[in-house]
Formats: sequence, structure tokens, C-alpha cells
Amino acid sequence: MAIFLTESSKVIVQGMTGSEGRRHTQRMLRSGTAVVGGVTPGKGGQSVDFEGATVPVYGSVKEVVDATGADVSVVFVPPRFAKAAVVEAVDAGVPLVVVITEGIPVHDTAEFFQYAQNSGTTRIIGPNCPGLISPGRSNAGIIPADITKPGRIGLVSKSGTLTYQMMYELRDIGFSTAVGIGGDPVIGTTHIDALAAFEADPETDAIVMIGEIGGDAEERAADYVRAEVTKPVVGYVAGFTAPEGKTMGHAGAIVSGSSGTAVAKQEALEAAGVRVGKTPSATAQLTREIMQAR
Amino acid sequence: MEYQAKELFAAHGVPVLPGEVADTPEDARRVAERIGGPVVVKAQVKTGGRGKAGGVKLAGSADEAAEKATAILGLDIKGHVVRRVLVTQASDIEQEFYISYLLDRANRTYLAMASVEGGMDIEQLAVERPEALARIRVDAIAGVDGAKAAEIADAAGFGPDVRDRVVDVLVALWAVFTAEDATLVEVNPLVKTPDGHVVALDGKVSLDENAGFRHPGHAAYEDSSTADPLEARAREKDLNYVKLDGEVGVIGNGAGLVMSTLDVVAYAGEEYDGVKPANFLDIGGGASAEIMANGLEIILSDPAVRSVFVNVFGGITACDEVANGIVQAFALLDSRGDEITHPLVVRLDGNNAELGRRILRDAELPHLEQVDTMDGAARRVAELAAANRGS
Repeated sequence: MAIFLTESSKVIVQGMTGSEGRRHTQRMLRSGTAVVGGVTPGKGGQSVDFEGATVPVYGSVKEVVDATGADVSVVFVPPRFAKAAVVEAVDAGVPLVVVITEGIPVHDTAEFFQYAQNSGTTRIIGPNCPGLISPGRSNAGIIPADITKPGRIGLVSKSGTLTYQMMYELRDIGFSTAVGIGGDPVIGTTHIDALAAFEADPETDAIVMIGEIGGDAEERAADYVRAEVTKPVVGYVAGFTAPEGKTMGHAGAIVSGSSGTAVAKQEALEAAGVRVGKTPSATAQLTREIMQAR
Repeated sequence: MEYQAKELFAAHGVPVLPGEVADTPEDARRVAERIGGPVVVKAQVKTGGRGKAGGVKLAGSADEAAEKATAILGLDIKGHVVRRVLVTQASDIEQEFYISYLLDRANRTYLAMASVEGGMDIEQLAVERPEALARIRVDAIAGVDGAKAAEIADAAGFGPDVRDRVVDVLVALWAVFTAEDATLVEVNPLVKTPDGHVVALDGKVSLDENAGFRHPGHAAYEDSSTADPLEARAREKDLNYVKLDGEVGVIGNGAGLVMSTLDVVAYAGEEYDGVKPANFLDIGGGASAEIMANGLEIILSDPAVRSVFVNVFGGITACDEVANGIVQAFALLDSRGDEITHPLVVRLDGNNAELGRRILRDAELPHLEQVDTMDGAARRVAELAAANRGS
């Protein structure tokens, strides 16, 4: 099963003919993803040769969906065109749109998120995220596939490299799905959305949740865990030493006043029964103990 | 700053009082003459509490405006030195209100906030008297039109004497919020004058840096004057660097991993004399020799730094490429005449970790040692910083 993405997912890449799109399409193909087409306006009818596959390019999302039944789109288009690309995917009824693009104006994200909500058909992951992977099945985005293996841990994280670090530390146990939800102030899929999906997934036994300073998403996720999640959850929060008022890399990662601090997040998670690791390695070790006790 | 917010307000039809900025007392006198009548001279700094600090003064004449400007310019308000004042028409105030639009992260949309009790700290109001602050969700696509603005004004309980004018201001302020790609627009206070007008007396606008590509004019609003000199140099080199106050320089790839590295270094530092991280520096996914060299150069020019931790997880960019980048960065620094004078601890893990570690071992770089785990490397780099403190 895994969540959001399985071996039967048919993936398209918006912006496949650009350098990033091309590079990561190659990686997705290499990790076994069914990439059925690319979309670049004005380049319909062309195709791109990859190692082991030739992928057709379509001029619009609707055309590729009609032709292939694609149900996942990975968006690599530059920030200024990203909103139009996502809206196009929503209009074509693509159920899952994974927005990798970094640097999208937050008003654009708020609009396309609302647009997707209104459609009732489309889940958005990201923007400014590494995407998601169900190891051994499918890989939609830029997460390296060869650092872990299939297994029964679910992972949800705001941070790309911490996702990779955790996948690698727990490569002996493996993952059902790892979802990088992104560090922007407005994101399409939250910790809570992923927790709900992992809770419902019969192939996931435990959930690792990685958060960071800023906002109150982790606190809300803690409330959700307390009320709705029966599977064991292990947490990690980055940014205990971050000073107030400074943005730490991610636009969303900023402590303002007394809100958004790592300490507050850790306390909320622990109060909800989540075991919180002090470092990534300690978090991996807590998860390992839980999985081995099963 | 206030005058910049007011420029944006005026551009979209939010009523403000006539006024201009001045950098000298003479300028302030000229502005006051132009406006005529009593004026207010206000310090322009990016912090609150200007009034209490003596940064806002009433002047009855142009001469007095120059006098007040002399007193305010150069004043230190919470660490911000006043270089500029705003001279505006003085106005009597009958009533003070509050209105704002902001990004509502929790609900992933926008929020309008309004209160008929303006002038005070709004966070305080929200805590002490939450019922006095109306919060209305705004749909990102539908936006704020006259009807929505009326809903906001009525929720806040604006009286019939000002309601229609406030509705107009709410519509105009929405134009500022969307047309300028703001993440916050706030008018505090919005005031009713004795003659029944409604004007924005002070305000704040936060702009979205990601939207800079469609607002070339916004670059002028960026405040680089008070930034840390190392942060300024890092920005010139497109590095994502934040200066902190410790002794361990930190370089890593990915914002989350670097944030985590700072924490792990601080924990390790507890065992070594309270050593702390000296900076946040995210070199992103690529880790090319040039980026690595630029990063090391910035970190090593921080006089507080005693040791450096390079913490890289090889994901998309495998560890062998990262290791080659480090080797070339040393050569590049050498060719620039920059000497590596502090111990460097490198932790490489992930794709091709063994290969990457071997490349670094074989290169026998001066002052560089490797530790294979993040926690172990953090302990070592903290130990080295503590030992190196006297030097």
C-alpha cells in the first residue's frame, strides 16, 4: 500500500525538458518509477531519451492525462510559472501534484492551494520540498532512492536532508513511504495529513515525524497524534539553538517572540506521547527500538 | 519602516497624512514649512516603542521641527540608531482602531484582523481581550471586495460614523497586500480625526522576498545597513549564512540538517566549557568547490571561530563529489592566499561515503580530520574549539 504513491502510480513531470527536470526524471526512472510523460508547453510531440527509456513530451497536462491515465505530477517549473503549472494539473484532474520548485511567492502558493481545495480532486505536496518516495515502488521528486530500502516505517519531514539522514540511519529497517512536505509557510500537505494517511496504512507500523522551528504545525500535529493516532510516533525537532527573529534557511523557519520555538514543539509532542529524540541519531535509535520490539 | 509602509499605502489609496522623510534638521525644517502648521517628527527605525524612547515629538513650527529633528536624529532606540525622521502633518485623534491582513499558516490562507481598540500592542490585546479583536478568514482566490470588507468591519463593531470609510480603507489595504506581495500589512493605529476622516497614522508592511522578481522596486526597501558585516559578505556570494555568537563554525547541506547540526554542536559543547555554534551556513545540494571555498572563507574570517565542522549528507550529490569539492576548495583558498588556520572536522555520510572519506584521507589536507558520525564529529569539533580557545 504505502501512502500517496505506489507501484501503480503513473507519474508525469512538468518541466521535464529543463535541466533539473531532466536530471531528476532520470533518477526517478532509475529507481523504478513509471514516468509516462513530460509536459512542456510548445514542445508537445517531442520526446526525451533517458538511460533505459524514451519519454514522450506533451504540450499540456490534459493531453498526457488523456493519453496515459497519469495520476501523479511532479512540478519542476521555475517559480514565476509554477502557479499556472499547478492550476493546469488541477484542471486536468491529477489527484497528486508534487511541487519541488523552491522560491514560489507565497501568494501564488496560497492561491493554487485554495484552487486545489476548491477542486476537491487534487492533493498538493510542497512546494519547496523533495517530494516523496515509497522505496522499491515509486519515487516522485528528488529524494535519493539508493540510501534506504522498503520497510514498514512511515516518515514525514519538513526538511530534505534530514529526511535523507533519517532514511539512511534506518536503512536496516526500511520505509513504507517517506514524505518531504517542505519548509515554506504555506504547504499543500501537512504533518497531520501524512500522519492520518500513515495511521490508515496497513503497511506502516511506526511513524517518524521531523519538524523544525517556526509556526505551530508540530503543536497541532501533537494534538492530532493524541486524539487520532494509535501507532507509535517518534519525533525530532531541529532548531533548539536558533535565535529569535532570524530566518534559518527555510522561509518558514523563524522564531517570532515566544512562538515557534523548538522547546515548545518538543514539549507538545512529548505531552502527546510522542518520543522525541535529541539528535537525528538518537531519534533513529528510538525508532529502531520500537520496530525491534514488535 | 513607517515611511516606506506609508509610501505603499498611498500608492494603493490607503489614506495617510501628508509628510516626507528628512535626514537632517534642515530638511525637516523645509518639509515642515511645506506642510504648514503643526507637525509630528518621528524617528524611522525598525522597532517599536519609539514614543517612549523620545523618538516621536510634536512641533508647532518649522523651527521647532528642526529642533526636534536635531534631538531625534542619532538617538539610539533599542540598538537602532536613528538616521532619518518622518515629518508629517499633526492631527488630532478622536479614536484609534486597528486593521491588518496576514498570512494564516495554520489554515493556509489569509486572515483579516480588526479592532475598534487600536493604538496598543495588538499581541497584548489578542491575549488580554481576544473578544475585542475580530478575526475573519479571507479566501485567497475570492479576496476582499466591498462586501467582504463590510463583513470584517461589522465583525469588529465599527460604528456607523466611520463604518463606510473603514470599509474603503479595508479594500485599499487589500490592494496593498496582494499587489505588493506582502505577508503582512498592518495599520496601527487607524484613526478617526475630529473632522470625521479616517487615516492610517502608522503602519507596517512585510514583503515576500520570493516575489522580488515581479517587484524590482522592492529592492529599495531592503535594509542592509544594520546587517552583520559577515552576513552582508555572505549575501554578496549568495550564501545562506546567519551569524551566531559561538566558536564552532558550521557548514552543511540543507537547512534542516544545518539547524540540526547547530543543536548537536551546542549539546556537545555542554561537555566542553559551553562551546557553541558560530553560525548557520547552508551550502545547498551542489557542494561545488567554489561554494565550499566561499563558505570556508566567510567562516574563517569570523574572529570568534576556533574550529570548523563540515557536516554533509551525500544524497543527490554523492560523498565522493563532496570530498573532491573540499579538496579543490582547499586549493582555491590557497591560491587566494587564505590560510586554513583552524582545525576542521568533516563528517561525510550517505551515498559513496567510503569513497568520499578515502579521497579526503588520501589528500592529507592540513588541519582536517574526519569523524564518521554526526554526534561523534560534533563532540570532536567542540573539544577542539575548547582546546583552541586561548589561541
